[in-house]
Amino acid sequence: MKNSPADSQSQFLDQYDLTSRQLEQVLETAVERRADYADIYFESQTAEALSLEEGIVKKASRSISQGAGVRVLAGDKTGYAHSDEITQETLQVAARTARAIAQETTQTQVVPLQSTQPHRDLYPLATPPIAVPLQDKIQLLQQIDEEARAYDPRITNVLASIAVEQKNVLILSSDGNVAADTRPLLRLQVTCIAEDGTTRQQGSYGGGGRVEFDFVYDAARWKTFTKEAARQAILGLEAVDAPAGSLSVVLGAGWPGILLHEAIGHGLEGDFNRKKVSAFSDRLGQRVASELCTVVDDGTLPNRRGSLNCDDEGTPTGRTILIENGTLTGYLQDRLNAKLMNMQPTGNGRRESFAHMPMPRMTNTFMLPGESTPEDIIRSVPNGLYAVSFGGGQVDITSGKFVFSASEAYLIEDGKVTRPVKGATLIGNGPDVLTRISMVGNDLKLDEGIGTCGKEGQSVPVGVGLPTIRVDGLTVGGTQA
Amino acid sequence: MDLTALAADVLDQARQQGATAGDLVIASGESFSAGIRLGKVEKIQNSQEKRMGLRLFAGQSSAITSTANFTQSALQAFVTETLDLARATAADEFSGLPAQSDLAQDVPDLDLSDTNALLTVEEKLARAQEAEEAAFASDSRITNSEGAEFANASREMVYANSLGFCGSYHTTSFSLSVVPVASQDGGMQRDYWYSSQRKLKDLEAAKAVGRKAAERTVRRLGAKQVRTQDAPVVFEPEVAASLLRHLASAISGAALYRKTSFLLDKLGEKIAADEIFVEDHARIPSALGSKPFDGEGLPTRQNIVVEDGVLTSYLLDTYSARKLGLQSTGNASRSFADTPAASTTNFFLRPGTIPPEDIIRSVRSGLYVTELSGFGVNPVTGDYSRGAVGLWIEGGEIAYPVEEITIAGNLLDMFKNIEVIGNDLERRGTISAPTVKIARMTIAGI
Repeated sequence: MKNSPADSQSQFLDQYDLTSRQLEQVLETAVERRADYADIYFESQTAEALSLEEGIVKKASRSISQGAGVRVLAGDKTGYAHSDEITQETLQVAARTARAIAQETTQTQVVPLQSTQPHRDLYPLATPPIAVPLQDKIQLLQQIDEEARAYDPRITNVLASIAVEQKNVLILSSDGNVAADTRPLLRLQVTCIAEDGTTRQQGSYGGGGRVEFDFVYDAARWKTFTKEAARQAILGLEAVDAPAGSLSVVLGAGWPGILLHEAIGHGLEGDFNRKKVSAFSDRLGQRVASELCTVVDDGTLPNRRGSLNCDDEGTPTGRTILIENGTLTGYLQDRLNAKLMNMQPTGNGRRESFAHMPMPRMTNTFMLPGESTPEDIIRSVPNGLYAVSFGGGQVDITSGKFVFSASEAYLIEDGKVTRPVKGATLIGNGPDVLTRISMVGNDLKLDEGIGTCGKEGQSVPVGVGLPTIRVDGLTVGGTQA
Repeated sequence: MDLTALAADVLDQARQQGATAGDLVIASGESFSAGIRLGKVEKIQNSQEKRMGLRLFAGQSSAITSTANFTQSALQAFVTETLDLARATAADEFSGLPAQSDLAQDVPDLDLSDTNALLTVEEKLARAQEAEEAAFASDSRITNSEGAEFANASREMVYANSLGFCGSYHTTSFSLSVVPVASQDGGMQRDYWYSSQRKLKDLEAAKAVGRKAAERTVRRLGAKQVRTQDAPVVFEPEVAASLLRHLASAISGAALYRKTSFLLDKLGEKIAADEIFVEDHARIPSALGSKPFDGEGLPTRQNIVVEDGVLTSYLLDTYSARKLGLQSTGNASRSFADTPAASTTNFFLRPGTIPPEDIIRSVRSGLYVTELSGFGVNPVTGDYSRGAVGLWIEGGEIAYPVEEITIAGNLLDMFKNIEVIGNDLERRGTISAPTVKIARMTIAGI
């Protein structure tokens, strides 16, 4: 796939019969009322989803969208207008609407548009998943159904879906920058329903990324995902009530990294810190975690769900160290907040679509590995909880309190993993939970590629990762007081 | 653009290209939002959007597609692509449009639009500013703000199908919200308040929204954990509504035929305390969830779903009704890129007679919940475990704020253990409830 900004620019321009000069004129209109900065964001997206239930692929959907937005920044003010009609005229109208907020004294000259973005492609795919024939996807879903039902006769229904999308973005700014990105995305999701007499349970598993369709066949991933979903459903049938109260909790490697996303990730986003409404405001350089903890946000990992060649403001993504050996070292920034805080943008300015304004968001957030083996970590806990699979999480960035809900967990009794327990929510305090991490495993794993993060009504794909860790004194919300 | 004519045109093209049946939804509208923070303009956003969602059948196979490109040539290709996709899916004997005789005969005017409300950008900003100012003015411990926002939207909806139904309606909405931040002794808390209405005149006064937001925020200052215990839990109306949301998902068609609901096979059975009476009413004038016909062109209505604690009706669309051998309840909701699915319109728990103050007074030692977080609800089993924020009640009085705790139980037990229902129902959103007291839940803390 061609991915250079120049190619992408000419594609969008040809499609809408626009010239580079006309776009510069739109930017000139946008900054005319003395704004600091303006940009135009073009987006076109095709999404396709197929789903199976009761043994047949009965649902297929495809969605096509395109649109453009003009944004104007002046001091700490933002004006944004967007439309799904892309013409010189609608862009000019958008520019005039968006600039209504600008009453600054600065004078901004529009720099002639020129692509300077270094060519980088973190997800070069021979065939993007959107281009794979429907029949191949249908066949995959049918195989999953058979595999799941063969796993155990108690599996009574299987819901499987494959969702793929292709998104092209082009960003042109008043400082002359032109950036583009072509973003493929694939996600496979399997849910199994298990029934045993009157007891029912469900288990879900899945994965994906900015990958080719063959990803699901590499190392028979589809089989692993299917068996995991079936295994979790069956396991749930025999789960006992979860404990209630403050416990030592061992989090398994991979997706439990959602802890980092909720407990510290959101609280380190630049907008909240500029406004000083985060529990982490003004805490750069302070100790916020145990020395064992180093946490990074890295948007440059090849083929990962949370990765981007450039963010939605055209800044190349990077690797930001958020916490280094326990000390808070960085925030996640977009352009606006970086400028107002006298910091550098970190390539974390993201938006759901052209209908939304960008803001600081995470990409792939994970903790670097430590030295303990997972076995030693479990053995070190006399009585506690071993949680390996999670549903979603949420955080109040101001009070710092966060929750994340375990969907697969076991009791640890005398250093051994024993009975499975029902799902329970775990709750903690972001600024101090990482200080109570007493062991970090050598088994860092990134999640399979299923995460979606919501903030102020905008959803974006993200990744998380974690080695096995031990956290002391986390409140477990079960029913066994 | 005449959306009705466009709809007819697309369905006509689909028929010519060989579709055996089809329906579509078109929405077109604009929305605006303006944000103030610390007394200054922070953001203004304006959007113009339109979208079409098309469902075509090739016999018993179907597909759904969505686009925003309404040009003649693009729509022609769009129809072809939709049919190709439909032919690729498996035949499903339960699929199809509703019976022609069930379609709505008329489209009542439910007074969902306020076209007289013409505010300038300055007036909208002024309302947001007034709300934020009121929050700051009401308590000196309000020291910061995430801002106040005024938003409004206007939308035209058209639904048409190949059985000849074509209906449309117009809606408007207005909202005002404030998120103040309070601090004291190094601790910081935020909360919010909002008002959202179809008509501008029904919007809560800006000052009242600001004051309420401040009051909710300040009362959280100094919150602490409580010890792990079983205790009564009183849900304030905003969070009691979330219990109804879980009820609604559990009685919606898809969850039932997929057997992913803890209320499976419970129709006609006791699922809640005697006093519980829950309804879904689509035709309340000017209400946020009201609509004259559903996402498949069926007339909407009032459905009593729980009466005297007995589950009396599910919420169904045509497909799930056929799967369950029942009739649609007129609850089909239509998104652009997905098949119609049952959902709520205006869904609420009828109020009781007890004032909320008396409910609090009835608790010797327990929790008054004001916010819930996280996703710890298992729809299949009803197992429930969520993060909570609230106020601790001691001897019938609010004693101190609490946080970093969870409340847990099982939804079926919780519904059955609803001990008291408040008299304070206010329909602030599409799902609403008065204050509710549950006799006992597990609270986890320290």
